[in-house]
Amino acid sequence: MPADPQWIEDALLRWIVFVPLGTALASGLLLAVFRRTLSSSLVVWMSCGSVFASFGLSSLSFAKLVGLFGEVPVDDVPPRVLIDTLYTWVGVGVGNSAFSADLAFRYDALSAVMCLVVTGVGFLIHVYSVGYMRADTRDDGGLQRFFCYLNLFIAAMLVLVLADNLLLMFLGWEGVGLCSYLLIGFWYGDRQNAYAGSKAFIVNRIGDFGFIVGILLLFWSMADAGQPAVSFRAIEAGFGSVASQTLALPGWLGGGEIGLATSIGLCFFLGAVGKSAQLPLFVWLPDAMAGPTPVSALIHAATMVTAGVYMAVRLSFLYEAAPGALVVIAWTGGVTAVFAALLATAQNDIKKVLAYSTISQLGYMFLAVGCGAYAIAIFHLVTHAFFKALLFMGAGAVIVATHHEQDMRRMGGLRKKLKLTYWVMVAGVLAICGFPGFSGFFSKDEILTSVFFAHELPGHVALYWMGVATAGLTAFYMFRLLFLTFHGKTRLPRGRRGELDDPEDTMMWPLQILAVLAVLGGIIGLPQFWGDRIGVAESNSLGHFLASVVRLGEPHALDAGVVAQLVGGVLAASITGFGLAYVLYISRPGLREKLEPVLGVPRRVVARRFYVDELYDAVFVRPLVIFSDRVLSRGIDAGLIDGRLVMGSAHAVRGLAAHVLKHLQSGLAQAYLLLMLAGTVALLAYLVT
Amino acid sequence: MLGPYVDAYLISWVVFLPLASGLLLLVANSVAGFLLRSNGLPKVVWQVIAMSSTSLTFVASLFGLWGRFDPEETGYQLVERVAWLPDYGIHYFVGVDGISLVLVLLTSFLMPVVLLASWNEIDRWSRSYLFFMLALETAMLGTFVSLNLFQFYVLWEVMMIPMLFIIGIWGGPRRIYAATKFFLFTVSGSLLMLVALVIVYRMNFEQGGALNFDLVRFVGHAPVPGVPLLDTVIPATTESGAPWWQTQLWLFGAFALAFGIKVPMVPFHTWLPDAHVEAPTGGSVILAGVLLKMGAYGFLRFALPLFPDAALAWAPWMTGLALVGIVYGSLVAMVQRDVKKLVAYSSIAHLGFVMLGVFALNLQGVTGAVLQMVNHGLATGALFVLVGFIYARRRTREIADFGGLARPMPVFAALLGFVVMASIGLPGLGGFVGEFLILLGSFGADPWAAVIATTGVVLAAAYMLWMYRRVVFGPLDKPENRGLIDLDLRERVAVGLLALPIVWIGVNPSPLLRRIEPSVSILLQEMELRRSHDEIPSAFEARSQELP
Repeated sequence: MPADPQWIEDALLRWIVFVPLGTALASGLLLAVFRRTLSSSLVVWMSCGSVFASFGLSSLSFAKLVGLFGEVPVDDVPPRVLIDTLYTWVGVGVGNSAFSADLAFRYDALSAVMCLVVTGVGFLIHVYSVGYMRADTRDDGGLQRFFCYLNLFIAAMLVLVLADNLLLMFLGWEGVGLCSYLLIGFWYGDRQNAYAGSKAFIVNRIGDFGFIVGILLLFWSMADAGQPAVSFRAIEAGFGSVASQTLALPGWLGGGEIGLATSIGLCFFLGAVGKSAQLPLFVWLPDAMAGPTPVSALIHAATMVTAGVYMAVRLSFLYEAAPGALVVIAWTGGVTAVFAALLATAQNDIKKVLAYSTISQLGYMFLAVGCGAYAIAIFHLVTHAFFKALLFMGAGAVIVATHHEQDMRRMGGLRKKLKLTYWVMVAGVLAICGFPGFSGFFSKDEILTSVFFAHELPGHVALYWMGVATAGLTAFYMFRLLFLTFHGKTRLPRGRRGELDDPEDTMMWPLQILAVLAVLGGIIGLPQFWGDRIGVAESNSLGHFLASVVRLGEPHALDAGVVAQLVGGVLAASITGFGLAYVLYISRPGLREKLEPVLGVPRRVVARRFYVDELYDAVFVRPLVIFSDRVLSRGIDAGLIDGRLVMGSAHAVRGLAAHVLKHLQSGLAQAYLLLMLAGTVALLAYLVT
Repeated sequence: MLGPYVDAYLISWVVFLPLASGLLLLVANSVAGFLLRSNGLPKVVWQVIAMSSTSLTFVASLFGLWGRFDPEETGYQLVERVAWLPDYGIHYFVGVDGISLVLVLLTSFLMPVVLLASWNEIDRWSRSYLFFMLALETAMLGTFVSLNLFQFYVLWEVMMIPMLFIIGIWGGPRRIYAATKFFLFTVSGSLLMLVALVIVYRMNFEQGGALNFDLVRFVGHAPVPGVPLLDTVIPATTESGAPWWQTQLWLFGAFALAFGIKVPMVPFHTWLPDAHVEAPTGGSVILAGVLLKMGAYGFLRFALPLFPDAALAWAPWMTGLALVGIVYGSLVAMVQRDVKKLVAYSSIAHLGFVMLGVFALNLQGVTGAVLQMVNHGLATGALFVLVGFIYARRRTREIADFGGLARPMPVFAALLGFVVMASIGLPGLGGFVGEFLILLGSFGADPWAAVIATTGVVLAAAYMLWMYRRVVFGPLDKPENRGLIDLDLRERVAVGLLALPIVWIGVNPSPLLRRIEPSVSILLQEMELRRSHDEIPSAFEARSQELP
């Protein structure tokens, strides 16, 4: 484990969050409650400005963290952590069961990386959104509403990555979920969009179930061991004492025992599966493409969906003690990667292709986490943020240029009109496919290398080949996207062909910056092997930077032969994928029709994502609704409890009164006297005895 | 001039201010009718005076009770005790601890907001309506501050009468049915409680030699004869030779039935959806916001400390019923077609959470339960207020009749969205803190119960968002919804007032937790003391203040 860090109080940290939060709340309150719409230029300046300010503050904190302002060289001081504690947020209990979660932010190497990506890429996407949303006149105050949600998202995401304890992290976790919900359903007039938003929120809540149970289990296990801990620092310090405990499984789970660390790890991983759209909870992400494209780029590609990976890395000390959980993570990631890549090959909606691609790439990241290569997972998270944001925004540029056409079957030949868009897209495609030297090449290669050497992981060879297959599929669907959209003859309706051009500059210059990052971003995590070859002294700076937070693991014994084998495998797969796409979509498009009788049915099955949605609907949703309606609501509630028991007893009482008791009230004085006499006798008898 | 009297009788001022202004209005109404030969005072005068007196009550409880309450000091504070029927041990005996303090504050806060929200809703006999609301407030506040069991019981029953009329007179088409059902359910529960109460009273007399209905020992100028109820030894089982009806197990059962019906716990809940659907907005808000809390409060104040052994023995069953309430309430809410009914069933699920926390019987669980009572009062109150607003416009509550309301009514949509999020426990809003503390406590008591309850978090999102989507999003395809007018200033203020504490509790719950937690801690200590050593003097105590 890393050396004990040096803790530095820094009251500036809160402003990283509060600046975008304040902007969002101010413009949101004005709009929502007072119906005051601000001028669009004010909205834009406020919103982009606050994110840029946040980026500036993050950079400043980064400088403090690495000791730029310090007098001693970086290597001589223990790793630093900036901390900013505001007040106790939720605190109840005493002694060994004292639960106390502070509103506190921490800025360590991991938070720093996330923070810079969120605010940096977030700022670029904000600027891009200005151009993208300007066309949106569907709704009064729409622009203000949009930027309010977007700023709120940035603030929530920053809380998530800066939180010093699990409960505050959960606040950010749910906050980004809320913004995702609001932004997916941004154009709420369409039933589908609103449905997709709700679906995202509810599916995520299934993951949150795991998150909450994880917090509870972790807290009480540590409290039972006499170390109630809520902040990451305290959990990390005390977790060792409970890590080896086991839990007895109840009979209906098959009995036996499970490691405490493993069960806590699996609970949190369920949360990650929801947020990062892994199998089996991935179904919300493709539908989430109903939101405006900048949202897809920011939330559903670059930042929010990677929160699950971030959480797993944040809790790496826990997963280190839970090899069983790591196996589950690795296999979930590996299977999701190849499964989602397969689904991406059959999509016709340009955004859906990218959505499945995101799921697949997130699978890669979890594969890395499962191998214990936490720093590499973060490396891929960063490069993915660059190239996937670029790809989404490029797709957005196409969508704007073609007046909201998303079906690639009606595109084609755009490369001559949208020249700049085409070239940045090429950069993005090459980056994601791992063209040597581009950012994706290094991060993906590192992941596959880790899997290759993860001998303690059951089935790591299979996982490695799944990773390679994913690379091949990735090359196929990405070039398919590129060819269908930009190459060949245009299939746009005639009326729309004339005025095609690259969108305005506010959209294009963020794209160009991201293109540069997508191409060169690999430098930050340049593997040692390649660094040595090209004579760079400081290679893998990201990894060394993160070493203060996560365990790096032993360097792999790499020689040129092994590297050639590893790189060769991936490249061969990718080239195959590219070749296939080239043949089918450029050189011999006729071949597709010939293959249709053979591949038609499997293609349709893949296009309908193996009917997973229909399956969930038929197995979970519909039975639950029908059960609730017919059995619970009508059967038990209205029928049994209210009908039989409540009203039944009421009728019984009325029946008794009508048929039995009415005879008592006969109006005959003699009868009353008789009863009185009987009563008196009985009373006397009782008193005497 | 009034200073010392106000100071010494702060609670009484708060409790009786609404009723006093109501009575004053009645008299003034008759006088005005007689002098001016008119129909009495105009409606607006009634409204303004009712509004000001309830607002004043809130201000008084905020500055007087909350302000004077010392969180560092344990036990009951601001205690007053006046002989009522001293020969029978019946006294006017009031005081607050952290638990009743926050509930008093909730009640006195909700009332003016409700009057504001339903300003135009009641168009016939509105003066009587206002009088009933004022009387109801006094009864509710009095119930929360009662430290004499007899007084508590009387107010508990009295409270029902104004509510009965509010539902039965100003309710919807099936109001008589709903009111009768509400009344019969509550009465049948409380009658059994009355029997149990008399038995405890009798046992107390045998042990203390004097009749005493006081819950706790009053430390004042003159010694109180007899022992308070909490010093009464009540055998846990028949092993000690006591008859079965004198054991905690059965007495607790009788109390639990009365309180459980009020909460309501499944399967005694079917009065609630009917009552809510038929009640006018004001009635619904008070019903959900305050009256349901009476049940949970009764457990905390009386049933648990009086019968600790039985409470422990019953805890698994009560936890089970709470879980049924959470899951069953959520699932049934999911298939409702009427917005108000959906909210009613969601209340059953939320109160299930509260009961889960209560019967976790640990610091986090019970503290969370009390906090959640406040949160539920605010969030569900706001939901009913908002439902009332669209009902006033469209005269329907069927979810299917709406759709796309975000376009004509953006402010309504935003506020409803906020309240929905508060209701499903979004972190940063009040509901989350309460829910989380309940789950935390529950997990400490029984992990599997907490795991099952956590599914309620998923289901709550499902039914609430389903409703929200159907009402607010989607195309505006019903012609009747096209011309809807957005919330006006009065309506925005009403919901805004409810929203403020929701955010405040969510962001910084400490001021409440700091007051609730010590009282919960004493409650748990008291239970522990009464379980093992009956002779040890009570941890609860109420000290009189220096009179002028």
